[in-house]
Amino acid sequence: MKKLESSLKNMILSLTGFSIVAGGLLGWVNAATAEPIAQANAKALSDAIAVVIPGFDNNPAEEAETVEVEGTTYKIYPATQGGKPIGAAVEASANGFGGTLTVLVGFDTEGNIIDYSLLSHAETPGLGSKASDWFKKGAKGDITGKNPGTQSLTVSKDGGEIDAITASTITSRAFLQAVNNAWSAYMNGQVDATSGASQQH
Amino acid sequence: MENKLIVSLSPHVHSGDSIQRNMYGVLIALIPALLVSFFVFGLGAIIVTLTSVAACLFFEWAITKYILKRDGNTLWDGSAAITGILLAFNLPSNLPVWIVIIGALVAIGIGKMTFGGLGCNPFNPALIGRVFLLISFPVQMTSWPQAGQWGAYLDAETGATPLALMKQAIKSGDPSVLNDLPSSLLLLIGFPENCQAGAGCLGEICALALLLGLAYMLWKKIISWHIPISILATVFVFSGLMHLANPVYASPVQHLLTGGLMLGAIFMATDYVTSPMSHKGMLVYGVCIGFLTVVIRTFGAYPEGMSFAILIMNAFTPLINTYCKPKRYGEVAKK
Amino acid sequence: MNNFKILINGIVKENPTFVLLLGMCPTLGTTSSALNGMGMGLATMFVLICSNFAISGIKNLVPDMVRIPIFVVVIASFVTILQMLMQAYVPALYATLGLFIPLIVVNCILLGRAEAFACKHTPIASLFDGLGIGLGFTIALTLLGGVREFLGTGKLFGISILPEQYGMLVFVLAPGAFIALGYLIAIVNRLKKNN
Repeated sequence: MKKLESSLKNMILSLTGFSIVAGGLLGWVNAATAEPIAQANAKALSDAIAVVIPGFDNNPAEEAETVEVEGTTYKIYPATQGGKPIGAAVEASANGFGGTLTVLVGFDTEGNIIDYSLLSHAETPGLGSKASDWFKKGAKGDITGKNPGTQSLTVSKDGGEIDAITASTITSRAFLQAVNNAWSAYMNGQVDATSGASQQH
Repeated sequence: MENKLIVSLSPHVHSGDSIQRNMYGVLIALIPALLVSFFVFGLGAIIVTLTSVAACLFFEWAITKYILKRDGNTLWDGSAAITGILLAFNLPSNLPVWIVIIGALVAIGIGKMTFGGLGCNPFNPALIGRVFLLISFPVQMTSWPQAGQWGAYLDAETGATPLALMKQAIKSGDPSVLNDLPSSLLLLIGFPENCQAGAGCLGEICALALLLGLAYMLWKKIISWHIPISILATVFVFSGLMHLANPVYASPVQHLLTGGLMLGAIFMATDYVTSPMSHKGMLVYGVCIGFLTVVIRTFGAYPEGMSFAILIMNAFTPLINTYCKPKRYGEVAKK
Repeated sequence: MNNFKILINGIVKENPTFVLLLGMCPTLGTTSSALNGMGMGLATMFVLICSNFAISGIKNLVPDMVRIPIFVVVIASFVTILQMLMQAYVPALYATLGLFIPLIVVNCILLGRAEAFACKHTPIASLFDGLGIGLGFTIALTLLGGVREFLGTGKLFGISILPEQYGMLVFVLAPGAFIALGYLIAIVNRLKKNN
């Protein structure tokens, strides 16, 4: 077959033709993958929630509610098991050393910390970025099982009980502030939902 | 065999100036600061300095002989020893030996020999080593031992540096944090043993000893005044303006006396190979370093910006040389 | 030139990373670990094989003056398909490489091979060229990723070899990518000179 001449007609025809074929192909693939992509995204969020608050059987991502405390909005993902609330995962952020630091904290119904997951941060690699593991169960700055309501979470330098990340006090402070904020947002939300704090005690 | 015939342009009068003479001059100028660091940080400082110098000399020798396969011996021209001391000056005195050796390998191997050895390297080798270690081992490189622990090495107590306090003041927006800084007199003479923020790397603890070195090098005409003075003046003016605008930014005197500013301005930025050649170029270079240092110290992620500022301006040195050429001998000024 | 020679040519003589120095952005950006490097290499290889084959097949239908836009449309379509497939079926890999997948469109390896090879050869030969260049790219990226991962964290393919405290963090970050790539190219050149 002879190569097509570069005449105006040929150029328009071939460009249009290839664009239509490519567009059709993309449309088909997009339709075919739309469902799996949505599932994968939902799974990523519910996996993150499952890490910080295991054992739920509802879909917290769909039941998310937002709570406003002192002008900041927090996302709360309530978790239930067999219809009974077992706690919630709360998304909160604070200003770290390098920028905003977002953390997802899981609380049980009494406000004790179950676990957390660092969603995004801009801390110095190797220093502040250690926050993703530093405060986990069994690590040096373990915060799991603690309740920010009964014992305020602060670093030992500020008179608290939590060991700060080596050489990253500012990040540690920001992280703990985010956790404390998450707790008060969760408590506020719960108070609103149950119209009265008496159930907490 | 040594090449006895030197082909060069006239005039042929030799001033007695040589690489060795200048390098050994710099070494002499480093002695006061070295003694103070031994005195303030004790055993750790001696171990770190000896390791760094020995490792730099070894890598210089080994790479010249086995990788570059050159005959000439550059081991005793003093430049590797200076790199070793300057690298040690930039390290905390509780740094494990193996990290110091990696720093020396990077400084000599990557910073200098990759480009062909002394005279060919675009960046200051000691600073390459320091920045490499700072990014690679951030925990060890930012845990500074408190001054005044004689017998301590790896187990030295660590403390906050004045620059970390300054950063904290900016972050919290509370100028009273700055009250914890050692007094300016202590920063100048360098024995902040009982202060809250009396920690630091080997070479930054005593500004006076570094100034003595500067005086010696100026007297012996090893360096000219242009680079150090333009850096110090720029930092003073720029940080002064910021301090006037908002007192959470530390005062210009505190900026001048803390951190590696003196060390960098006097010994690192003035490196012959990596700084501009003409006096006008040196002034441009110095002003830019001073400006960048304050910008990084104030707004950057790291508390100290001197080493980054010098490395950035090292990269601009060829450009500055192009635009600030010294006038050719006998050239008539253009109308 | 037979197909086997075309394949080997892409891996050794015209290795896109070490010899042609094409596609430096993904090379430096995604090789923070051996696995990431391999993932990026394989993703690029997939697009390269498809686009080489398709472009070679349609080369007579493409008028010379509009060949570049048509090549870009073909390449971009395959990249978008790949992106959607990855997002749907390997979300973990997509999360790490996500930013760089759309950038495959502007990877000069693809347009370079389309121009230099596919539009002058048969579809089968082009397919083998895509395979060879893609393999060369994958090998180079895996090697670079492995070196950076080992020096940076003491691991290789996620398996600990040295305690993590000996890792030099700079190699996981961008500056380490430049240093490691520079020395790898120097070593490859030295080895080639000796042969």
